Amino acid sequence: MRVDDAWVRGTVEGQTGSGAYMRLTSREDAVLTGASCPDAQTVEIHEMKLVNDMMTMRKIDRLPLPAKQTVGLDHDYHVMLIGLRKQLVAGQTLHLDLRVLDAKGKEHVVAVDAPIRALNAPKADAPAQDRAHG
Amino acid sequence: MAKSQARTIAIFAALAILLVVATLFLGSSAAKHWLGEPPEPAFHGRDVSKENWGGPFTLSDSSNQPRSLADFRGKVVLLSFGYTHCPDVCPTTLAKFAEVRRLLGPDGARVQGIFVTIDPERDTAELLGKYVPEFDSTFIGLRGNEQQTDAVTKSFHANYQIIDYKGTTMVDHTASTYIIDPQGKVRVFTPYDQSARELADDVAVLLRQG
Repeated sequence: MRVDDAWVRGTVEGQTGSGAYMRLTSREDAVLTGASCPDAQTVEIHEMKLVNDMMTMRKIDRLPLPAKQTVGLDHDYHVMLIGLRKQLVAGQTLHLDLRVLDAKGKEHVVAVDAPIRALNAPKADAPAQDRAHG
Repeated sequence: MAKSQARTIAIFAALAILLVVATLFLGSSAAKHWLGEPPEPAFHGRDVSKENWGGPFTLSDSSNQPRSLADFRGKVVLLSFGYTHCPDVCPTTLAKFAEVRRLLGPDGARVQGIFVTIDPERDTAELLGKYVPEFDSTFIGLRGNEQQTDAVTKSFHANYQIIDYKGTTMVDHTASTYIIDPQGKVRVFTPYDQSARELADDVAVLLRQG
């Protein structure tokens, strides 16, 4: 499993939610089933959809990672951090554990140390074909 | 000088003038209108000038002082609804507002960013006061009680819902930006995926109109 461009959005004091972004490429067919973080009560994989100008977010339990395809958790999907136990300060890193099922149904843990960027860090533009979906 | 030579010069002069006038006319928007082409839209976003959205509101800022739209007369206001626990859409939008101010150079000083929380229960005045200025020190966060929040979102035709989904609090909300002219009228409704450059262009149109 390759993890590219992982980062977490920083927070201000008192803010207990944020998002983590990355791109995953699995060597073999796999499924992302969840994640955890020692500094957050709950970590969820979310899907975002724009419906009539309204952005909706929903937890998903399975995100397929087809072999050798890069799946972005940076636009349509992201890792949601809920109930953060500490402020996320830019320049530090946050440890995340991704839960991944391989084709045989065996669970693996993929550790990610994601750098924390500033709260106001811009996101990279979505690829052109993604932008059409809003 | 022969009479015919003078006449030739006069004809050429008249033709030259006609050519200039015709070129100017064909290049003008009046010509496009006259020729039946639709007039070019003034904005990248959706023009909602005729919808009478928005209107006066009074909400509280992070120092618990009452603020209304009238406080920002003379400035173009970029307004969005959101909540500080929002992982993605709200920080991306506020970062875009800050980029608009930078893109406009000196005119950026006439742009006011406003973030109205739709989650006042979790977004205290203190938290808003820390969160919003992270994007631009001039931006302000506003909040009201539940009735005030409902009234202001309704007047802007914005939607939001706070729901419990698989045990997690989920907040769905209108992700678009409202551009309000210096007279306090909502003029443009900008979809979430529009760039800072496009947003800045629309703001510039309103600043020029004054």
